[in-house]
Formats: sequence, C-alpha cells, structure tokens
Amino acid sequence: MSSPRTIRFTLNGEPVSATIMPHETLVDVLQHRFDLRGARESCGQGLCGCCTVHVDGKPVSGCLFLAVFADGARVDTVEGLARGDALDPVQEAFIEAGAFQCGFCTPGFVMMVKQLLKEHPEPTDEEVRHYLTGNLCRCSAYPEILDAVKLASARQAEAARRA
Amino acid sequence: MKAFTYQRAGSAEDAARLAAHPGAMLLAGGTTLLDLAKCGVAEPDMLVDIGHISGLDAIAVDAGGATIGALAKMSAVADHAGMRAAFPAVAESLSQAASAQLRNMATIGGNLLQRTRCPYFRDPAAFPACNKRDPGSGCAAIGGVTRNHAVLGTSEACIATYPGDLAVALVAFDAAVRLGGRTIAVEEFFLVPGDTPAREHAIGPGEMITAVAIPASPAARRSTFLKVRDRQSYEFAAASAAVGLELGPDGRTIRDLRVALGGVATVPWRCRAVEDALKGTLLEPESVRAASRLAVEGAVAQADNAHKIDLAPRLVARAILSLGGLA
Repeated sequence: MSSPRTIRFTLNGEPVSATIMPHETLVDVLQHRFDLRGARESCGQGLCGCCTVHVDGKPVSGCLFLAVFADGARVDTVEGLARGDALDPVQEAFIEAGAFQCGFCTPGFVMMVKQLLKEHPEPTDEEVRHYLTGNLCRCSAYPEILDAVKLASARQAEAARRA
Repeated sequence: MKAFTYQRAGSAEDAARLAAHPGAMLLAGGTTLLDLAKCGVAEPDMLVDIGHISGLDAIAVDAGGATIGALAKMSAVADHAGMRAAFPAVAESLSQAASAQLRNMATIGGNLLQRTRCPYFRDPAAFPACNKRDPGSGCAAIGGVTRNHAVLGTSEACIATYPGDLAVALVAFDAAVRLGGRTIAVEEFFLVPGDTPAREHAIGPGEMITAVAIPASPAARRSTFLKVRDRQSYEFAAASAAVGLELGPDGRTIRDLRVALGGVATVPWRCRAVEDALKGTLLEPESVRAASRLAVEGAVAQADNAHKIDLAPRLVARAILSLGGLA
C-alpha cells in the first residue's frame, strides 16, 4: 500500500514541511499544499517549462520531479523573487519589454532567465535560445522575451559596475 | 499516474534487494519513468530511489579515459571541462539533448535506458498492440505512420527507434557499461528487437548500471556529434552521427575513424563498414561520400521513412569532412 510521507525542505527561504503521497509531483505539492500558483503544470511531460522551479539552485521541471526528491532541498519559486513590493529585475524587464501576452508561461521563463544570467551574464542570442529551448510560449512572444533577457542582462551589468 | 510505494536504497545491494519485489522499478532522475507512468506505459507498484546511494555521481577523466558514475547528471557531464576536451562528441550529444531543466534532473544511467518515442508504444489506451509492451500482441506501428521509425536493426516484431543521443556517442568510442561487478561493451549492451523486442538491454536480475567507462583515443578527442531534427532544438534526432577522426602525420591519411548513427536504428548503430573502408586512405570528399553510404547497408524502409536512408550517410560524410577541415 502506498502511504504518506512527511518531507521537510526550504521554500523561498522558509523551512517548511508537508505530508505527501509518493506519486505526487513537486508542482502539485506547491500548488495544493502551499497555494503557490506560479509554477503550473501544462504539458505534464517536461516539454513546456511552465512548471520550472529551482531545486538547490538549479532549474528543474516540477511536473516530472517527485515531491519526495525535494526532501532536505532548497526550493525556490517565482513567488520568492520579489523583495517586498520591489519586483526582481528580470520580472521588471519582462514587463518593460512586453515579454508575454497571456502570461501562463511567464513564471517558468523568468525562473530560467534568472539562472541563465547567473551562468551567462551577457548571453548571445544563440545562448539565450539554447538555454530557453525547454520553455514554450504559445502566444509566441519570443522576440520580446529575447529583448527582456537583453534588458535584464544590461541592467545587471550596470548594477555590477556601480557596486 | 497510478499510486506507488517509495523506498530509498542506501546501497547498490540494498537496491537489488528492494528491486526484487514484484512490481518494483529503480528510480533515479525520474524524467523517463514518471513520463511513462503518466502515459500508462509504466505501472510500477514500488519505486526504489537509488538517488541517495553515495559515490555513484562522480566524473573522472584522466589520460586513460573517462569514468562517469550512473547518477551523474546530464548537465554535469555536458559541462565538464575534461569531457569537453577529451570527448567532445559525448559532451555535445548531451548538451544537444532534452532541455536545460531535464538535463539538471536526468542521470547518465537513466539516459541510456530511456524508452523509444514510438507513438504507438507510448499510447497503450489507443494502441493495445505493441510487442515491446506486451509480447505477442502485435505491432501497431508497422503499416501505420512510420516517419520516425527505424530503418536499421528492425524486425517483423518491432521497428521502434532507439531515441537517445549519448549512447550513440558512447558506442562510437568503444565505451563500456559497468553493472556492479560486471562490465559489458555498449555495443553489446543494447539488444536489437528480433522476436523479443521487450528485452532492450543486457541488464540481468539484481543488476543495475553503476558507471560508464570510455577509453581515451585520438579519434575521441577529435570528434563531433551532428544531430538533424524536425526543429532546431529540443527534439529527438531524425538522424544523428557521432564521428571521431584521427589523421596521420601527413594531415591527410585517415589513421582512425569512428562512426555511429542515431535516430535511424533500433539500437545505437556502429558503422564499422564506413570505418574500414576509409581507414588508411586519404581524406577526400568523394571517397568519404561514397564510403558513408555503407552506413545504411541493409536498411529497410517503411512507408514514411525512406528519407532516413538518404539523410544518414549525408550526415556521416558531413561530420567526417568537417572534422577534417573540408566542410
């Protein structure tokens, strides 16, 4: 018989626990136990990137990531990016560039771009395309998403110069 | 997804003991297994998580070659400086596969064991006949839509393509799979379907992949992985070629050549006929193109996939010529 398990992890900086079933995915648990709706299941097969969250600092597809895998890990979601009323620079760049229409895919894209800019602070178009290949935008806002990445990258470089 | 119980294995021995339970399957990164559980192909009663076994995720590269632990993540191997230097085709095969998210999750052992993308195999509700899922039930793919099915290594029971990229690069460079105490060449690890398509690899009861070992060679160091697909990224190969080239001191004579094909065969497909035809000859576009056609000797097309028989040799020739600076 399948039986519940209790997992403990750090969610957007806060220690949390949840009692889950072994077959539940991380995106299910975030949605239904923690009411975090940013990461959402769309394709359910790891194809679209809408469920992207960071586990121990690395982006993963939450729809194919069992919740039990998060036991003891650090989980960061789009809800943890803002500081009070101040949005993250990547979020600001998406708004300014108009990098979405319906917005369903946006949290996944934002989480990927956060990591992209860590690994490639000033990415080429090709690096951006390769890195974001697992994220689909059905409204096809890709040119604006590319603009948003460039904008966020420039702001990050500017902030680093001033610091 | 059907409910299952979950057990954590603390060691390989522990995993073998737990996996002996009826309905148990080993779980690593989960990207293949959970996907198959969602589409109803895999229905495990128990998952044995091997992800907490220590020491199985190391990547070691030295003058003799590389040893990659079964639990190393695809992204870790793809980005590993030593792998990129000594085995560029292997690193490229991984960086061109899946998405960044999945590469952070999927393991090397699991990557080798990924199942075919045959749409008939993946949809048991609509297509009950599948000799791979249910031996003896027939094959819904034969006579169906076969654009992405195999042209090499097929049988009357199964024409499903082996979908992976990594294994193609591994088979080109004489890599071996370690199953605990036993080691087997990648070339012998994967089994063509014959009349037993449900049996895809040589892992025996109580065994699991613990590592992959690749011997160093000049051809592996000068190698590339070319992948052609319906769209430029995040797609399985229509055809792929892992090729390594070693030239003699004159810079023109082919001293060693390794060629393997993916996306066109039921298993990662080593093309020794191409290698043997060109070794010892001068690197010339015309002879390379002629010899590359040997890569698809014995190919059998279905209704929709004859293009693969043209595509694969062109890919092989392009890879050889580009490594030789002629394309």
